Amino acid sequence: MHFVVPFVLAFAAAVATSAASDDPATLAIAGPQNPATLSAFGFFDGGAARPSPRLIPYELRTPLFSDYAAKQRFIYVPEGTQIGADADGKLIFPVGSALIKSFGYPAKSGGLNVIETRVLLHQAQGWVALPYVWRADGKDADLRVGGTRVPVTFAHSGNDLSVNYSVPNKNQCKQCHSAAGNIMPIGPVWQNMAFLRPADVRATVKAAPALARLQPYPKWNDSSTGSLDDRARQYLKVNCGHCHAPQGSASNSGLFLDGSAQGAAALGIGKRPVAAGRASGDLDFIIAPGLPDQSILIRRMESTDPGIAMPELGRSTVHEEGVELLRQWIAAMPSNPH
Amino acid sequence: MRIRDLLFVGAAFCALVQPVSAKTIAVAPGEGAQERLQEALIAAEPGDVVELAAGRFKLSDGLSLDVNKVTVKGQGGLETILDFSGQQGAGEGLLVTSDDVVLKDFAVENSKGDGIKSKGADRIVYHKLRVEWTGGPLATNGAYGIYPVESKDVLIDSVFVRGASDAGIYVGQSRNIVVRHSTAVENVAGIEIENSFDADVHDNIATHNTGGVLVFDLPNLPQMGGHNVRIFDNVIVNNMTPNFAPKGNIVANVPTGTGVMVMANRRVEIFDNVIGENGTTNIMIVGYRFPFQDAKYDPLPREVSIWDNQHSRAGWDPKFRGGTEIAAAMGGSFPAIFWDGAGGAEYTPNIQDDAPALSLGLKDVAADTAMAQPAPLARATSRPAGLPVIVLPEAMEAAIR
Repeated sequence: MHFVVPFVLAFAAAVATSAASDDPATLAIAGPQNPATLSAFGFFDGGAARPSPRLIPYELRTPLFSDYAAKQRFIYVPEGTQIGADADGKLIFPVGSALIKSFGYPAKSGGLNVIETRVLLHQAQGWVALPYVWRADGKDADLRVGGTRVPVTFAHSGNDLSVNYSVPNKNQCKQCHSAAGNIMPIGPVWQNMAFLRPADVRATVKAAPALARLQPYPKWNDSSTGSLDDRARQYLKVNCGHCHAPQGSASNSGLFLDGSAQGAAALGIGKRPVAAGRASGDLDFIIAPGLPDQSILIRRMESTDPGIAMPELGRSTVHEEGVELLRQWIAAMPSNPH
Repeated sequence: MRIRDLLFVGAAFCALVQPVSAKTIAVAPGEGAQERLQEALIAAEPGDVVELAAGRFKLSDGLSLDVNKVTVKGQGGLETILDFSGQQGAGEGLLVTSDDVVLKDFAVENSKGDGIKSKGADRIVYHKLRVEWTGGPLATNGAYGIYPVESKDVLIDSVFVRGASDAGIYVGQSRNIVVRHSTAVENVAGIEIENSFDADVHDNIATHNTGGVLVFDLPNLPQMGGHNVRIFDNVIVNNMTPNFAPKGNIVANVPTGTGVMVMANRRVEIFDNVIGENGTTNIMIVGYRFPFQDAKYDPLPREVSIWDNQHSRAGWDPKFRGGTEIAAAMGGSFPAIFWDGAGGAEYTPNIQDDAPALSLGLKDVAADTAMAQPAPLARATSRPAGLPVIVLPEAMEAAIR
């Protein structure tokens, strides 16, 4: 009996939730079937450019680089519920919430040519990550658990760049969104977020007043928001820290870029590679202080070869501006840290 | 609601989450193989078998499996080939992150990074697999062939690995490990057990690598203090492939022509192996001789026992700094067994082999090997009690019967 009761309670809770709202999103998020099309959630009104007013749009001060794709981010919370937060500013979403992120490139005709929309669904048993790829007519998107690649050409710094844009498969979603083997949101930390509608800011701060006292994190590319060291560490935290964390996919490396590093070696300074293989490129250290050209971290960021490149997923072109920031950061380190 | 009704609902729920019978999902090579195979690996439920048909699967990205209790099975290591020569992304060919997975009877060729990696995947079984970089030993090959890490209970049986630019079979930061009946050819390290606890490496062939079998412990890692490793009944011969690891990797420091190398581990037993035709030495026991900052790390090898190995020629071309001079002083050849002397006399390995053995007398791990003060090592007349046999959960053994 002890084992049966929790199941029944979970059932009852699910039934109660679905009865509480006639919003199609609530049923679609609850599972257990993953909807075959994005329209089943009702997040968009017939196209990626028309998000439902029920969604809370937001941006990140320092975002993850994804092949220069532009991203549109939204939060959905069920009717009558509210976002909370912990003491560190990490947002807490009620069961039935979703995080929604569209990826695309500027269209020649203006606007954004959206390729895919990823959703993170907060079900009763935990989070589920699903990728949806928009159809050619842009009216709906189809679930593609196996991922796919889409060739894209876009303008960057006056040149046309072509990439084989990667829509992640369901497992790859988890590789990054993983903490101790469970799927988790990565981005939504208040200090790195900017809600686009003042009413959403007011409602969230009202529900979690401690948020108002937290200082915003630096923007990686805005020197008025933080020192070089602060901005470089924030860039690493956002772009690398989801895997390079004690509970993340790269835990075995002993390289922790999520802000948890105790001591120089765990941050890569003077640390020898462990499983880098040919990615070491005849270099001895992850970060050779003062010497960006001698640092494996820079070499891996500057490569697009899958056996060398970091991050491993979601990047098939080099983030020149991010590399430049980290080059400056390493160059500014005293060359003998002892 | 009455108790009986609760039971009924509970049973119905259990029936929903526990599939009544396992199924087989068949996948064939051909058009769309990448997405079809990846979708099968995602759709599989615990107990299922994903069965790969014979032929060549041309893959454009890494594959991954994250469902417990799934078997991925091909038609044989020469028949079913996962070809990653066109891989555009991901750090390995196949990544497994779930428990109780069995991989058998297929091949992984020419992945851009590692061949097959399993992380945090307890009770994983690798059986009758081939992981190969078909161009032979090249610095541009991926690092590890078979690569379980951070796992408890690992079985690697009857695999063939060739061409890894780091280690062919690499077990890292794991515990309770068996590597047996396998062949490692033309890798930098044939078989490597690193920062791991409780491993049996037996009945393998390691040949034409740079180093045959390595037992290492490295600093600045979540799991350190590697110990309890037994190397026995292996054939470790002719590991003379010039080191082709990119510099910077720890294995780039393995001298060409090394049979067995133990670095900074505790309680290692090397017995009943056939070891020979290794130009530097057959068995090498050394400290971690690089600068490090890690208060929890011990760079000294300790409690190493060596007995009843059958040695043939070794040491005619020692490939480490100062090696040639020592060989010349000893009449032209380096001994079959050497210890660098790390830590001093109390750390002396227990050697009962009928083969020449030498200490380099480098008590301080920071000392340059060119400063060696070689002295013969006396043969031991007794040895400490042996380590226990590694026993894996019965279901893992049953999976390959």
